[in-house]
Amino acid sequence: MLKDMSTSDVAGDSQEVVLNLYGVGTRKVLVVDREVPYPDGRLIVSRTDTQGIITHCNASFIEMSGYSESELIGAEHSILRHPDMPAVAFKGLWDDIAAGKIWHGYVKNLRKDGAYYWVYATVIPNVRNGQIAGYTSVRRKPSRRKVEAAAQLYATLLTEEKAQ
Amino acid sequence: MNAASTVFQMTVSPDFPPKRMSGWFIFNTWLQKTLEQHIHLELYQDFDSQREAIAADRVDLIYANPFDASMLVRDKGFVPLVRAIGHADECLIAVRETATVHTVEDLQPGCRIASTDDPDVNLVGMIMLEPADLDSSNTQSVHAASYPLVAKSLLRDEADVGFFLEEAFHDLSNLVKSQLRPIVHSQISDISHVFLVGPRLADKRDAIRSVLMNMMTDPKGMAVLTELGFSAWKILNQEDTEFMIDLMDTLKA
Repeated sequence: MLKDMSTSDVAGDSQEVVLNLYGVGTRKVLVVDREVPYPDGRLIVSRTDTQGIITHCNASFIEMSGYSESELIGAEHSILRHPDMPAVAFKGLWDDIAAGKIWHGYVKNLRKDGAYYWVYATVIPNVRNGQIAGYTSVRRKPSRRKVEAAAQLYATLLTEEKAQ
Repeated sequence: MNAASTVFQMTVSPDFPPKRMSGWFIFNTWLQKTLEQHIHLELYQDFDSQREAIAADRVDLIYANPFDASMLVRDKGFVPLVRAIGHADECLIAVRETATVHTVEDLQPGCRIASTDDPDVNLVGMIMLEPADLDSSNTQSVHAASYPLVAKSLLRDEADVGFFLEEAFHDLSNLVKSQLRPIVHSQISDISHVFLVGPRLADKRDAIRSVLMNMMTDPKGMAVLTELGFSAWKILNQEDTEFMIDLMDTLKA
């Protein structure tokens, strides 16, 4: 169960949104309209178990997410879920990786301080002895052109989801 | 024929710094003496000829590039021994000092890229160009046989950017480096060369790992390690290696 975000962690004016996270329940998040640029040359690396619980994170993940390692390990990966991301994007991710396929996509992630950062993510199943034992996710710096295209697409998908 | 009279083959990823060549021969002599085992060191000129030898099952011990680790472990049955502490494989992209390019995003389609055939450097280098929407379809490759020749391609204006193994860039002469300017370098830290042992020597895995780890406490062993440019080995377990392979696979995907 993810904790709600706290105003004491957020800098600047924020908007409160309640997310309904698949398999987790609801979470109150605080969103600030500020992008943190993805640093050049870095890879954000994490691993989860088959349920999406974080089991490993590297220093770049800790730095970009704003959470400490102890806050990340054991938490659901949806701790990074930004309300501007449509649910259908993550459904596609989970459908692909649970079927043993590799998933790629552009993702807007929410930081602990309410700001956001865009990544190009690749998620791969970790196959051990023929079974999926977990997932490795690597995020890298995306091109601006592709981020703008993804932002437009996600806004459309989100509008459709809200209309349903 | 007993094991001691069988000659096994050791090889090293062809991207090792040329100044370390004598170090690898010294290491092989020391390893044979310590293990009481004949081992032939074969240093291949390029990755293709090394991969041919691996495919033909001629290699038994290898200090492998992370790019090839996947094939060695998953397809050829190699198992991990150790990795060198503090020797992550990082990549650096440089331009001529006089170039108007200051960030990756300043690069334009048609950009000429000088690179060696070092697969992990080329993979990470291309990933670092993605923010500029550059890939193999809209760039030109300028092949160079070595990192000094990558530098030469830049200085002669035969290429706009050069991919370097970070260590190799720092090994360039000060005169050459003063005419180049890094625009980005990777900070991945989870990717490194790995020492692997093949199926024919698998029963000696513990013995080999033990003599490698004992190098750090033996003055002669330590001197040999220093000749390789390393300060210490770290034991690499199967899961550490699988993790790095998964990581490489996400980058190749």
